[in-house]
Amino acid sequence: MLGYIPVYRKLIIVTLTLSLLLSVAVLLGLTCGSSGDTAAAWQLLLGRGAPDATLETIIWQLRWPRVVLAAGVGAALSLGGLVFQALLRNPLAEPYILGVSGGSAVGAILGILAGFSLFPGMAICSFAGSLAVLLLVLLLSKRKEGSSDALLLGGVMVNAFCGAIIMFLISISKTVQVQKMIFWLMGDLSAAGTASLPLLLGVIPCFLLIFMLAQPLNLLLTGRETASAMGVNVAVVTLVLLITTSLMVSLTVCHSGLIGFVGLTIPHILRLILGSDHRVLVPACLLTGASYLIFCDLLARSLPSQGEMAVGIVTAMVGAPLFIVLLWRERRCP
Amino acid sequence: MSLIDIRAVSLQYGPRQVIRQVSVNIGQGEFFVIIGPNGAGKTTLLKALSGLHPLHSGEVLIRQRPVGAYARKELARTLALVPQQINADFPFTVAETVLMGRYPHLGLLAVEGKRDLQLAEQAMEFTEVIDLAGRRLGQLSGGERQRVIIARAICQQSKILLLDEPTASLDPAHQLRIMDLMERLRLKEQITVVMVSHDLNLASAYADRLLLLKEGMVEKVGTPREVLTSAQLSQSYGCTLLVDEHPLLGTPRVNLVPEKATARVTGHREGV
Repeated sequence: MLGYIPVYRKLIIVTLTLSLLLSVAVLLGLTCGSSGDTAAAWQLLLGRGAPDATLETIIWQLRWPRVVLAAGVGAALSLGGLVFQALLRNPLAEPYILGVSGGSAVGAILGILAGFSLFPGMAICSFAGSLAVLLLVLLLSKRKEGSSDALLLGGVMVNAFCGAIIMFLISISKTVQVQKMIFWLMGDLSAAGTASLPLLLGVIPCFLLIFMLAQPLNLLLTGRETASAMGVNVAVVTLVLLITTSLMVSLTVCHSGLIGFVGLTIPHILRLILGSDHRVLVPACLLTGASYLIFCDLLARSLPSQGEMAVGIVTAMVGAPLFIVLLWRERRCP
Repeated sequence: MSLIDIRAVSLQYGPRQVIRQVSVNIGQGEFFVIIGPNGAGKTTLLKALSGLHPLHSGEVLIRQRPVGAYARKELARTLALVPQQINADFPFTVAETVLMGRYPHLGLLAVEGKRDLQLAEQAMEFTEVIDLAGRRLGQLSGGERQRVIIARAICQQSKILLLDEPTASLDPAHQLRIMDLMERLRLKEQITVVMVSHDLNLASAYADRLLLLKEGMVEKVGTPREVLTSAQLSQSYGCTLLVDEHPLLGTPRVNLVPEKATARVTGHREGV
């Protein structure tokens, strides 16, 4: 048919291409770093060269968990942005900007202070925090129908409030378990260890669920009534998507703190290239978001001459200007 | 046996009663038009038919089954709705939009196959939008967009088509195109058409039966000849409306009477 590429064909092309991108990102993430030279790492991965126990430990005990964490967090955050943008019909919606990430960070810290372990206590607290913020944001968007300002301003304020609470809690706590403030406020992947990976597996069912609801998400863009008339159970789909997304976000926040703007950058770039079909965008966001955060983390740990910086600095430096450009464009042609 | 059975339906928006005790049957393959003054509850009744609006009392049966007993997808396979307002900045192409009509027929992952593409193509040919397949919805004119949405409804393959003022804001040529399309669909596919319209002359020329609604209540149900009389319309719409005959079809033709001519109405009526 003229002007139409069947979805399955698009899906295959996009998935293959972006999987390639992800593989490249993973390989670079494993081989590049401040310690040990890159060429030796390549040799080791290819199974050639002299066995080097130290390098092997660096690659598999330090870098591998970190790359996997970056991939999981990046995928979850960009998918979260995609879902929020469609559900709230606001191109600037994103877990960080809406304050949902902030809410789950507050929950997580409270969980730690209450003496809970990572699973299930801290994860549940974090999930509850993100749901509470989401509820607040939804109420805000309901009261002023169609007003994108109310939603964004509300999100910014919730974010500022959560930031203050986080700093307050960290300041008064004597627990060593509460890590450095920068971890929570700017996002950091350096805490990654093999122990934290199993919990991250929880995001995989979330990915699948969102992929299955991609077409209803398309139909929802026509409006709630039309979608309903075309066979979408709007209330159920919306509820499932919101809960899944905040679960996914809170799981990642527990591991990485607040990493902003990934959910803004990736969906926007992909929509420009691939169009608006969520059945294609969901897997695309997943793979690109994963690759993107691996690259960002690579920059964060290799750019500074001493130590490393928080990965959130890199994503904000890319994402915040993009946010301004998008806001500018929206104002100009409403 | 009637296809759609509306039994003593009442509907409320908050405390306001919008539909009161409406009962009517619509048969298979019928061209049924709902008319009435603004705020009569026409659109609300149409939404009640499509299960989008919870009933306050009474019931709507489709094929002898209450609308509420259908699962959403099943209902979408039974009836398709063409809404009045279409989101113009809908970010999809014409082909993608029409293909969305296949959603109630697809499995869990909602990926269309060859057959779905064929059906979408046929629907677009039928409503003459196939040449626009690659264009975005926002780039189309009102008439084109309306035909795309009708193509989507056709692609949905439902035997009942509900339309909410599909000819509003279209010029005469486009109005006729849409109405003729409905007529052909009905003859070709045995589709039942239920339409809300403000255009009494279009309703008269195409409808099998009309439902005249006022303040949420049924004023009259019947053929255009039975419903569209000067006395009935003038009383229901609260303005003078003169009815004579369409020169070719012989169906009632409704004429508006401007204020400057109202003095001559009585004499004219006697003349007819």
